[in-house]
Amino acid sequence: MFNKEILRILEKDGKLTPKQVAAMTGSTVDEVSKAIKQAEDERAIVKYKALINWGKVGNEHVWALIEVKITPQRDVGFDSIAERIYRFDEARTVYLMSGTYDLAVLVEGKSMQEVAEFVTRKLAPIEGVTGTTSHFVLKRYKEDGEILDGKEESKRQAVIL
Amino acid sequence: MKTEKRSPVSQRANSIAPSGIRKFFDLLASMEGVISLGVGEPDYATPWRMREAAIYSLEQGKTMYTSNLGTPELRQELSRHLEQRYGLKYDPATEILITVGVSEALDLAMRATIDPGDQVIMPAPCYVAYPASVSLSAGQPVMIPTVEAANFEIDAADIEAAITPRTKAILSGYPANPTGAVMPKEKLAAVAAVARRHDLLVMSDEIYARLVYGIEHTCFAALPGMQERTVLLGGFSKAYAMTGWRIGYAAGPREIIAAMTKIHQYTIMCAPTMAQVAALEALRGGEESVLEMVADYNRRRKMFVKGLRDIGFSCFEPKGAFYAFPNITITGMSSEIFAEKLLQEEKVAVVPGTAFGACGEGFVRCCYATSLPELEEALVRIRRFVNKHRK
Repeated sequence: MFNKEILRILEKDGKLTPKQVAAMTGSTVDEVSKAIKQAEDERAIVKYKALINWGKVGNEHVWALIEVKITPQRDVGFDSIAERIYRFDEARTVYLMSGTYDLAVLVEGKSMQEVAEFVTRKLAPIEGVTGTTSHFVLKRYKEDGEILDGKEESKRQAVIL
Repeated sequence: MKTEKRSPVSQRANSIAPSGIRKFFDLLASMEGVISLGVGEPDYATPWRMREAAIYSLEQGKTMYTSNLGTPELRQELSRHLEQRYGLKYDPATEILITVGVSEALDLAMRATIDPGDQVIMPAPCYVAYPASVSLSAGQPVMIPTVEAANFEIDAADIEAAITPRTKAILSGYPANPTGAVMPKEKLAAVAAVARRHDLLVMSDEIYARLVYGIEHTCFAALPGMQERTVLLGGFSKAYAMTGWRIGYAAGPREIIAAMTKIHQYTIMCAPTMAQVAALEALRGGEESVLEMVADYNRRRKMFVKGLRDIGFSCFEPKGAFYAFPNITITGMSSEIFAEKLLQEEKVAVVPGTAFGACGEGFVRCCYATSLPELEEALVRIRRFVNKHRK
């Protein structure tokens, strides 16, 4: 049993301290710390990371969404080929999809060439992969629920009865 | 020939008390770096689906008047909503009126029911417009103080004791601004019994109905025998973060709604069309957003109330709206002095309890619909202020 309220709070802001989370949930710091530790131990909380807007930094990496078609294998289906792919650091996100292709692989690289090389030399030749289609990302507007540019500012009047 | 100079302002307009904290607002406007806990609205912008629906309606050229009552779709959806939430049945054709915010609905309810000299009983401290709306109808507001020790709940016996032959109605607003109090069902039922016994109308402002934490909101009209004598006032501002759209409603007995509609038709015509479209979208698809915002207010509520108590204030647990109403008497200051000094010395704006009636003395209203870092910083500043001035 996980404390879902604590997980929801941390999902929005992973930097909150147990003390802050305790105040928001009306629990003790000890209870929160225990709940967090349990979630971390059981990998319900996988990691704490910053969401970086690389466009702002001026050091933009290249992203591409690769549609991958594969032939499923006896007993393991798509899992073993998926694993061969997701073990590469270049594959940032990997999903099994319904529809016209099987795996959606989001690949990150320093340049278009680097991404192209990864797809043609590593990904496409994997046994069982029958085809790839690459779509390069032109602009990232929203990532994981967060709008990257142009956050709305509150324009409230200071006192309203 | 010499005559007395006539006042250009009517006696009725003169009869409403001006806001006693004008000076305070002016001071605030001239300052920078202020953390304001003085607001009375969500810090969220309206969820996009409502905004987008309104934009689309403008693109479609839906820019004309609607029926005086409001669009049939919105009234039907609202009727369904009230039935689903409270089991109440209102005929969308004759028992629901869409208004320009609850403010208009409140004004209409008073003007449609109150004759000169009629008394309206209201628990206080209360929203500033309550006594004013009664006075503007030439009625007489009768304020019944509620107290911290009783969680700012109405005591039916206090209401009954205040009833005179001129008493026409009870005006109640729970979940309450400024206290954050919520009426438990059984206590509200006792008030309802008094209303039935003395044949009183009830004007129930339930604008904060959706913002309750760990307690269920009881709709006044849903209590036995109350629908026929209650004007239910509600709106979209608080639950759906739609304050600027100005959409509210009144649901009640046909005769009263008809009278309110007459006045509405001559003064307002109809609520803004594009805002009615957004309100319809809110009812149809805004539930997820409401639940998410309520969960978030609840986190800030717990954190902020605990913070106030840690400083040393007595602060009753507000179970509704988005206000905390701490007792500031440990500082030995009046509410107004406290608010003024806190603003000057620490740049935190709160509203003196006295803005909501004399019985608000000794309290200030703090709105916690503010970002978490700002609330934390506000608590740090208030703590410093209190430590300096504590008696």
